[in-house]
Amino acid sequence: MGSDSSNTVKEVKSVQSLREATVLFAGDSGDGMQLTGSQFTLATAFAHNDLSTLPDFPAEIRAPAGTTYGVSGYQLHFGSVSVRTPGDEVDLLVAMNPAALKVNLSRVRSGGAIVINENAFKPHNLKLAGYGDVNPLDNEELLRGYQVFKVELSRMTEEALKDHNLDKKVIDRSKNMFALGLALWLYSRPIEPALDWLAQKFSSRPELIKANQHVLKKGFHYGETTEDFIVQYQIPPAELEPGVYRAIRGVESLALGLVAASTKSKLPLFYSSYPITPASDLLHNLSRHKNFGVKTFQAEDEIAAIGATIGASFGGCLGVCATSGPGLTLKAEGIGLAVMMELPMVIVNVQRGGPSTGLPTKTEQSDLLQAMYGRNGEAPLPIIAASTPGDCFHAAYEACRVAVRHMTPVILLADGYVANGSEPWRIPSSKDLKDFHVPFANKPNRKVEGKDTFLPYLRNEDTLARPWAKPGTPGLEHRLGGLEKEHETGSVSYDPENHQFMTTLRANKVKKVAQILPPLDVYGDTEGDLVIIGWGSTQGAIRTAVDRLRDGGLKAGAVQLRNINPLPSDLGSVLSRFDHYLVPELNMGQLVRILRDRFLLPFVKLSKVQGQPFKASEIVDAAILHCKQSS
Amino acid sequence: MPTLPPSKKPTLPPGLGSRRLSPSKPKIDRKAYSSDQDVRWCPGCGDYAILASVQRLMPQLDVKRENVVFISGIGCSSRFPYYMETYGMHSIHGRAPTVATGLKASRPELDVWVVTGDGDALSIGGNHLIHILRRNVNLQILLFNNQIYGLTKGQFSPTSEIGKVTKSSPFGSVSPPFNPISISLGASASFVARTADRDTKHLTQILRRAHAHQGSSFIEIYQNCNIYNDGAFFAFTEKATKPERTIYLEHGKPMLFSNGSKGIRLAGFSPVVFDLEEGHLSSEDAIVYDETSLELAEIVSRMSQQPDMPRPFGVFYREERPTYEQMLQEQVMAVTEKRGQGDLDKLLHAADTWTIS
Repeated sequence: MGSDSSNTVKEVKSVQSLREATVLFAGDSGDGMQLTGSQFTLATAFAHNDLSTLPDFPAEIRAPAGTTYGVSGYQLHFGSVSVRTPGDEVDLLVAMNPAALKVNLSRVRSGGAIVINENAFKPHNLKLAGYGDVNPLDNEELLRGYQVFKVELSRMTEEALKDHNLDKKVIDRSKNMFALGLALWLYSRPIEPALDWLAQKFSSRPELIKANQHVLKKGFHYGETTEDFIVQYQIPPAELEPGVYRAIRGVESLALGLVAASTKSKLPLFYSSYPITPASDLLHNLSRHKNFGVKTFQAEDEIAAIGATIGASFGGCLGVCATSGPGLTLKAEGIGLAVMMELPMVIVNVQRGGPSTGLPTKTEQSDLLQAMYGRNGEAPLPIIAASTPGDCFHAAYEACRVAVRHMTPVILLADGYVANGSEPWRIPSSKDLKDFHVPFANKPNRKVEGKDTFLPYLRNEDTLARPWAKPGTPGLEHRLGGLEKEHETGSVSYDPENHQFMTTLRANKVKKVAQILPPLDVYGDTEGDLVIIGWGSTQGAIRTAVDRLRDGGLKAGAVQLRNINPLPSDLGSVLSRFDHYLVPELNMGQLVRILRDRFLLPFVKLSKVQGQPFKASEIVDAAILHCKQSS
Repeated sequence: MPTLPPSKKPTLPPGLGSRRLSPSKPKIDRKAYSSDQDVRWCPGCGDYAILASVQRLMPQLDVKRENVVFISGIGCSSRFPYYMETYGMHSIHGRAPTVATGLKASRPELDVWVVTGDGDALSIGGNHLIHILRRNVNLQILLFNNQIYGLTKGQFSPTSEIGKVTKSSPFGSVSPPFNPISISLGASASFVARTADRDTKHLTQILRRAHAHQGSSFIEIYQNCNIYNDGAFFAFTEKATKPERTIYLEHGKPMLFSNGSKGIRLAGFSPVVFDLEEGHLSSEDAIVYDETSLELAEIVSRMSQQPDMPRPFGVFYREERPTYEQMLQEQVMAVTEKRGQGDLDKLLHAADTWTIS
């Protein structure tokens, strides 16, 4: 920690060691809170802590300043222990204005710390935040039970930059760096990653590098020197599995998973997408990887995006498109065509709050049934869900493999929480990734009346996949289409028996995916009182809840479903070893319907649709209540 | 930035030269391009003539059959790919251009044809049509315009005239029609032409030129639906009225019609008909058609909406500009050259990393 003059002051501060902490940066959507949060994340990764993040921002790019609906937040939970959620309760809230305090105060734990930008607590801002004429800083009742640190963030930033010859706006925008510096000091994080990042970000504007770095250091030194903060916290490194790590966001990891699938399979990646929140970041990420042969296509609409994906897959490429809820609805007909033509592709749905436009920047898991059934006719397809930011990589890789192995579109479900969240990620080695071989058809596959013929719908008995013949292959010319196909020949057929047969065959083909699924990983107890069944991004909260339930004496286990269609074949036997079944989902109960359809067991649902992920405590409470009621 | 190809100005427009088939190659006849599927269009449908023309033309083009792909949407015309012994896809309503874009962008070496109709291309798929044209994906779009919904049994289409009495407009349609040529010009198409099912010679000539063009070629083909809209284009296709009611655009030649007895000249920005036999004007007063002039193409395309004007056929416009897939490919190559072929392990580690042992 490169501080020059503070050694003497430092001695009077006591350093307290913590196992874990949760910090929340909150301010106006123009205050740079997402940057502040992500830089704190990077420093925390450098300090070798385990971590989990929750960026939470409004749908408006610059919502009116000072309003409660314009508040943007970045929550980060980190520790020397295993960290799987962004934290139930906040230990430190950094509130840049009254609205940020108003919106987030209830999330701070009793006794928690609040750093407040005192300069922003002016009559106008107080009114906008709904505090009326009462300044909460003068209201002992309101802030009783919290450690409140009033810091003149704006004024000290101005002071620090008064000789930098910058305009007022630029100076004001730098105050988040003061907050970042202070928070870094408070939790003994290194300051260097943020300094380096600033140097990179403003490489073309040296005056801004200098100014921001200066303010950042000022914030850091302020922590050291002021007498307000008498305690500095330390969180020792977490005991993570040995390996090389990096911090990774869900969307980044998803993009890498797709590039990995393309590299390993030698199928050129064609990625097609129409901008939509929160899936657009995937397009941004992949469009940078052109030297991996990745072609990205920004389509004119959602339908064109799936159409182009179908075209690329027909051409023998790894066709992938991503979207979010309403976009999946628009793609439904195209996905149905892909089911009928049995072409491999991956459709990523980064779910968000619905229905309709809903809550574009908030998380939800309410597209599961849309993914399962949201097409005309009987159109089953495999569904895979990503459970953590780092897991997005493996889920994407797996989705591509399943698509190609079984010649089927696959829907990969992520959500705003898992896509925007970050965590430390043990970097896999490309040679450890599962083999990904693509056998293209290159010769006729049947003799018909003595003539070599290519039957585009002849089946691989093992996978029930049909052959994939690329245009350009002589002798294998064939036509695909949305009309029902005759078994094996692929000719248009309206024959009643054939339609029944083909409908069953397409369904059986999807069921065959279960063949290659690994045994279920049951977390916690593998038999006992209660099993919690979840899917996707709820994994962290569920596992944390299981730890707490087991600490409380309950024999509890958890199953996080990576594959929802088909369900793993050993799920029934795992469930049979427990007495109670809790199914938490960020929807009104969708997986629970699929489970009830399959197993005659008394599943109990736990629903939440608030645009926010589960807190572990919510699952613990529901589990205890359920076990009590039924015993 | 991708570089533009060197400008080539052939003396004859592309596709107008002699047949490209070299004499040494074995002759492939129409049969090689006919699939084993029974053709299921109504007897007497104009689609038959178009199919036959395409099947006859294909062996004459310098392409391998396995590299040819026909992609269609939904509608009568969209059954076309089933009858071609090539790769093909009968996709969903209006979306053929999207599938074709994905295919051509990822496999630029393929020879892609889109077959569509007036409802498919201009109604449900209108958005995709304008975007494929603006991108200039190198392929041919054959729009079979019969001014009616045939497969759904006779509703007015986006090209049906106002007042059209159909099953869904028993008192006459009140929706004004689109002019497909104007739409394609407005969408920056780089090759725009019109022909008709009944003039297979002209049809073949236009298809050949469209194929030779590098970029999106848009061809409106007047096609007779003898069940729901019989005779919609007879004025332009039947001997008795054709000379008087049509004008064939030829690059570098005066705009004459009615067996050379009438011409089109410009009065300000408006085309007007004049008589060469009566009066003082001669063929030198007629517009010399220039298919590289967008302004002229725009003006002449509007003649289709003027009932007293002969209907223009032929190539309205062509322009050489880089194709979408070419620019996409060049970008991939340029980035690869600059950064080197991607290394997966390096990419996975391309961040601040730390080791835990």
